[in-house]
Amino acid sequence: MNILLRAASLVAAMLLMPVAMSPALAEPALVYSVGGKFDGSFNEAAYRGAEAFREKTGESYRDFEIARDADSLPALRNFANRGYAPIVAIGFNQAEAVGAAAKAFPEARFSIVDMVVTAPNVRSVTFREQEGAYIAGLLAAMASKTGTIGFVGGMDIPLIRRFLCGYRQGAASVSKDVRVLFNMAGDTPAAFADPARGAELARSQIARGADVIIQAAGGTGIGVLQAAADAGKLGIGTDSNQNGLHPGKVLTSIRKRVDAAVLDNFLDELSGEWTPGVHVLGLKEGGMDWVIDANNRDLITADMEAAARRAEADIAAGRIIVHDMARDGSCAP
Amino acid sequence: MFDTLILILDSTVRLATPLLLAALAGLYSERSGVFDIGLEGKMLGAAFAAGAAAAVTGSAWAGLAAGILVAIALALVHGFACITHRGNQIVSGVAINFLAIGLTALLGQDWFRQGGRTPPLSGDGRFTNIQLPFAEALRDVPVIGGLYSELLSGHNLLVYVAFLAVPVTWWVLFRTRFGLRLRAVGENPAAVDTAGISVTWLRYRAVICTGILCGVAGTYLSVAQSAGFIKDMTAGKGFIALAALIFAKWKPVPVMFACLLFGFLDAAAIRLQGQEIPGIGEVPVQAIQALPYILTVVLLAGFIGRAVPPKAGGVAYVKERT
Repeated sequence: MNILLRAASLVAAMLLMPVAMSPALAEPALVYSVGGKFDGSFNEAAYRGAEAFREKTGESYRDFEIARDADSLPALRNFANRGYAPIVAIGFNQAEAVGAAAKAFPEARFSIVDMVVTAPNVRSVTFREQEGAYIAGLLAAMASKTGTIGFVGGMDIPLIRRFLCGYRQGAASVSKDVRVLFNMAGDTPAAFADPARGAELARSQIARGADVIIQAAGGTGIGVLQAAADAGKLGIGTDSNQNGLHPGKVLTSIRKRVDAAVLDNFLDELSGEWTPGVHVLGLKEGGMDWVIDANNRDLITADMEAAARRAEADIAAGRIIVHDMARDGSCAP
Repeated sequence: MFDTLILILDSTVRLATPLLLAALAGLYSERSGVFDIGLEGKMLGAAFAAGAAAAVTGSAWAGLAAGILVAIALALVHGFACITHRGNQIVSGVAINFLAIGLTALLGQDWFRQGGRTPPLSGDGRFTNIQLPFAEALRDVPVIGGLYSELLSGHNLLVYVAFLAVPVTWWVLFRTRFGLRLRAVGENPAAVDTAGISVTWLRYRAVICTGILCGVAGTYLSVAQSAGFIKDMTAGKGFIALAALIFAKWKPVPVMFACLLFGFLDAAAIRLQGQEIPGIGEVPVQAIQALPYILTVVLLAGFIGRAVPPKAGGVAYVKERT
C-alpha cells in the first residue's frame, strides 16, 4: 500500500514536472475574446497570426477561449502563474483584466489588442480603423451609381463610430454630394450576432437609394452582405477577407491585421526584442489593408485602384489626416 | 410619404414573421398548461438544423424538414421533463435554451469549421421570394399597386405560411374537438381526466405542435431570411415572441397584431435612425431604439389590461395524490 502510494506520487510528480519547468521555456499564450477562436472575423485573425508563428518558427503556443468577460482575469493569471510570455489578450473587453493581471504579476509580460492599458509590463496594440474606413468610403463613393452609400454598424460603440467617421470622410473626398446612410444594429453585444436585422437594415438603406453598403457588424454583417448581394448591390466586408462570400457582389474587404499584431508579439519575444508600450497600427504599418483578389477584380476599375493607392500613400505620408473621432467625440472632417 | 409607409410595412411583415411563428408555437403549449420559455432555444436549434441540412443537401425543403424535426425533438425533451416527470417548466425551458446555444455552436464548428456558421446557401438551398400573379402589371396603379406588389407580393413562402397559421390556429383551437380539449387541459386538467381523456397525451400533442411551428420559425431565420446559420442568430426573438403572446392574452388573432406591432416599431426604428426630424434635428440612435420598449410599457400599462394565463399553466398534472 505504502509503496503503491509512493509510486503514485512519483508518477504525479513526473506529470507535474513540465508545468514546473515551463517558465524557462517562455512559451507565448493567447487569450481570445468572447465569440471564440473561429468567429470568422476578429478572433480568427488572431488565431491565424498564432498559427503563422508556429509555421514560421516551429515553436508552440497555448491559447484559451473565454466564454464571458469574467473568465478573462483567471485565464490571464493562470498563464502568468505558469510563466508563459508574452500573454496576448484579444479585444477591448479584456482591458480591465489585463490591467489587474499586470499589477499582480509585475514580472510577466502582457499584450492587449484593440485597447490601451498603461502599465510597465504591457504592450498595447491599437489600430487606426478610420484609415481603412477612409479607403472603403472612397471606393464606395466611386463605385456608387446613385450617389448614395450605406453603412451598417454593430453595437453603437466609439470604435464603430470611428469607422463610420473615416468612411464618411473617404466618401466626401470623392464628392461632397455623396450621401452616406448609416444604421447601428443595437446597443448590446447581441447587435454583433443578428444577421436578420443586418439584412433588414441593408434592405432599408437600399430602398432609400444606397447601392454600396459596408458592414462593420461582425455576424450581423453577414446578413448585410447577403441582402446587398440578393438585391444586386455591392457590399464591403471588414476584419477578414469576405470577398469570397458573394463573388462579384463584395466590392472589397477592409482587413484589420490582428494576425500581424499577434505574430509580431510572439516573434519579438522569441528574438528577445519584446518591449512594452503603445503601438498604433494604420495603413502605413500594414495594420490595416484592403483586398483585391479574383472575386472582386472586375469590380475595381483602374481609376478606383489608382485613387485608393494614392490615398493610401497620402495617408501613410501624412498628407491626408483621417480624423479620429475617438479623440474629440465629433465627426467633423 | 406613401411609398415610405409601404416600405416600412413591407419591412414590418418580414420582421414580424419569426415572432408570429414562435408566438403561435408558444400558444399551443401554453394553452395546454405547459409554459414554454424554451421557444428561443427551439428556434435556434431549428435554425441550425435547417441551415446545416440545406447546406448539405442543397434543398430548402430538406432544411425545413430538418428544422421541424429538431424543434419537435427539443419540444419532446421539454415534454418528457415537464409532463412525464413533472419537472419545473421554467427550469426545463431555460435548460433547453442553454442546450441549444451550446450544441449549435459546438456541432457547427465540428461539422463545418467556420466558427459555428453553416456554409452560405444559394439557389435552391433557400426559400426565395414569390411574386404573386399580376404584381408587375399592377405596380404602377396608384395605392393598390403599391399595396399589392410591394406589401403582399414578393415575400418568401414561409411568410405566407406564418400568416396562414393564424386562422388555422384559431380554427384548431376554437372550432375542433382537439382544440376544446387542449384549452380545457390548460384550465382544468382534472375535469378532462375525469372525462376519460389522457391529459398526458393531449399535452404531448400540444408541445409537438409547438415544435412544428418553432421549426418553421427557425427555418425562416436561417434558410429564408438569411442564407445560413450564424451563432446565436435568434438574438432574443423567442423572448419577444413570448412577450407578444402574453400581450395578446393567449389568443391567436391578437397574437398576430401584437407581433405586427413589435415588427412595425422595429421597422420604424430602423427607418428613423439617422433621419433629421423637423424642429428636433437628428434623433440619437439610442432614443429611437428604446422607442419600441417604451411604447410596449405604455401599452401594457395603459391599454391592454390584465393578462390572465391559462389557470393550470406551469403546474404539472398529478392524477391522484397517494
